[in-house]
Amino acid sequence: MAEAVHPAIAFGAVEKWYGTRDEPVHALARTDLAVADGEFLVLLGPSGCGKTTMLRMIGGLIEPSSGEIAIEGKSLWRNGQRQAQALSELGMVFQDANLFPWLSIEKNIALPLELKGVPAPERRARAAALMRLVGIEGFGKRWPRELSGGMRQRAAIARALSYEPRILLMDEPFGALDAMTREAMNMELQRIWLETRKTIVLVTHSIAEAVFLADRVVLLSPRPGRVDRIERIAFARPRMPDLQSSAEFQAIVRGLRHRLNEIGEEGSGHAR
Amino acid sequence: MPDDARAASLPPSAALARRRRMTDRALPWITTPVLAGLLILAWDLYVRLAGVSPLILPRPGAVWQAWLELLRDPRAWHHTWMTVYATLTGFAYACVLGIGLGVLIARARWLELTLNPFIVATQVIPKVALVPLFVLWFGFGITSKVIVAAVLSFFPILTNTALGVKSIDEGHRDVMVSLNASRWQVFRRLELPSALPYILTGLEVGIVLAIIGAIVGEYLGGSSGLGHLLIARLNAFETDGMFAVLMHMSILGFTFYFSIGALRRMLIPWHASARLKV
Ligand SMILES: Nc1ncnc2c1ncn2[C@@H]1O[C@H](COP(=O)(O)OP(=O)(O)OP(=O)(O)O)[C@@H](O)[C@H]1O
Ligand SMILES: [Mg+2]
Repeated sequence: MAEAVHPAIAFGAVEKWYGTRDEPVHALARTDLAVADGEFLVLLGPSGCGKTTMLRMIGGLIEPSSGEIAIEGKSLWRNGQRQAQALSELGMVFQDANLFPWLSIEKNIALPLELKGVPAPERRARAAALMRLVGIEGFGKRWPRELSGGMRQRAAIARALSYEPRILLMDEPFGALDAMTREAMNMELQRIWLETRKTIVLVTHSIAEAVFLADRVVLLSPRPGRVDRIERIAFARPRMPDLQSSAEFQAIVRGLRHRLNEIGEEGSGHAR
Repeated sequence: MPDDARAASLPPSAALARRRRMTDRALPWITTPVLAGLLILAWDLYVRLAGVSPLILPRPGAVWQAWLELLRDPRAWHHTWMTVYATLTGFAYACVLGIGLGVLIARARWLELTLNPFIVATQVIPKVALVPLFVLWFGFGITSKVIVAAVLSFFPILTNTALGVKSIDEGHRDVMVSLNASRWQVFRRLELPSALPYILTGLEVGIVLAIIGAIVGEYLGGSSGLGHLLIARLNAFETDGMFAVLMHMSILGFTFYFSIGALRRMLIPWHASARLKV
């Protein structure tokens, strides 16, 4: 297979500085990272460690200050221009669902297809299939405001999947949901991932969520943002909610929490 | 809205919510005629009991008669048409310029910085005071009225459009960027629909100002339009006829205003403003 030659996502010496009103912020120090095809990668770390920055760079929303990002072996940026070829492999799910309030759920989901000029009957069929996949069948004609937060987030996932990107990027997609819904959404996400075998990069604050979902957890530390360690999570799939009460699971969570606390102390030590 | 969200899950409160919406819709249809009737009654009583001269304040019945007469008069219809024409033509110019320039200003910061002093100036200068000047420049014909209507309604359309385009959600923009949308697609699929509620608010204010502009233009010069007719009747001491013209103008105003309201319900049914709007 030709695809196997390239990782789904490759960071080559990527670095990010933000220019601000006073001094520039070093959001991400030189980072090399490869995400394998079909892998479920989770970015975990304290607030301000550069998770969103990394994800938005992968998604082509912001350009690295230096270094190169390649998607399926194709450069994401060339001469300051986003490369459409690489972008078409990426689907983004944001913290807010970001559905357009003037489009019905169905039309929101089919928006990417509309932009790509797919004819209407095909769009409708595709939207219907996606609504089934994410479990919001029958809500296609509703306005986004008529759906619950969880359902809106499902619609946003469906929209990101509509043009069949190989890679799904999610920035705390369930951050605004209550604990119960969030757990249900994580089960759904795992099911969708098992069905579609996308490469997924997910950002979260929750250690348990990270360990439950990930093939690998990338722990980031702040100032400047950098990869602190990478934890491989080997539990078999599909993983059931009970897994979280197992000793192995909790040992991993404890290890990560311990490291996060250390990072926090180091950080505050620097600051004072 | 919370009402609808509850309606989806709990049938009893859905019925309640629907009933509340029905009362909301039905109530004005009862209160408005009753209150209007009472006002007209009070007016009639006042004129009769206080013995006001019909030259100062005619009785409602006389105004009604004069209005029916106006409806039968082909010259009055000509005047009506002139006012409608000046209003709508001026308004159309204001829409094209206001929406176009509003979008450009919101997109290009340098353009906003350059044009802003002039835009504010056109806003601050009492435009009605300039009407004689327009008459001087553009003559007593229809052109000067069209221009006054356009100038008056331009500003709210421009500012509301610019505000609408600027208020676009950053998250929505991110969606379009990550979908690699072209500039035209961003405009057509995001900026325009997102700004539409604002633009419609601008149009609502603008259409009323356009009528005012046309009528003020007619007051000051020329020999046609409802404004001219009103002044002519005032000068002839036909007070009841003058009131009839006033009534005619108001009906025109209502018609235009409600047309924009209907446009709102048609174009942005998803927006909260389209739902409970008189
Ligand atoms: N547009 C920006 N301009 C300037 N600085 C920024 C910008 N975006 C992020 N930063 C800075 O970069 C650093 C990393 O931010 P980032 O948003 O990536 O963190 P994060 O890990 O996503 O945090 P959180 O968990 O709170 O979402 C922070 O110090 C932040 O202040
Ligand atoms: Mg973040």
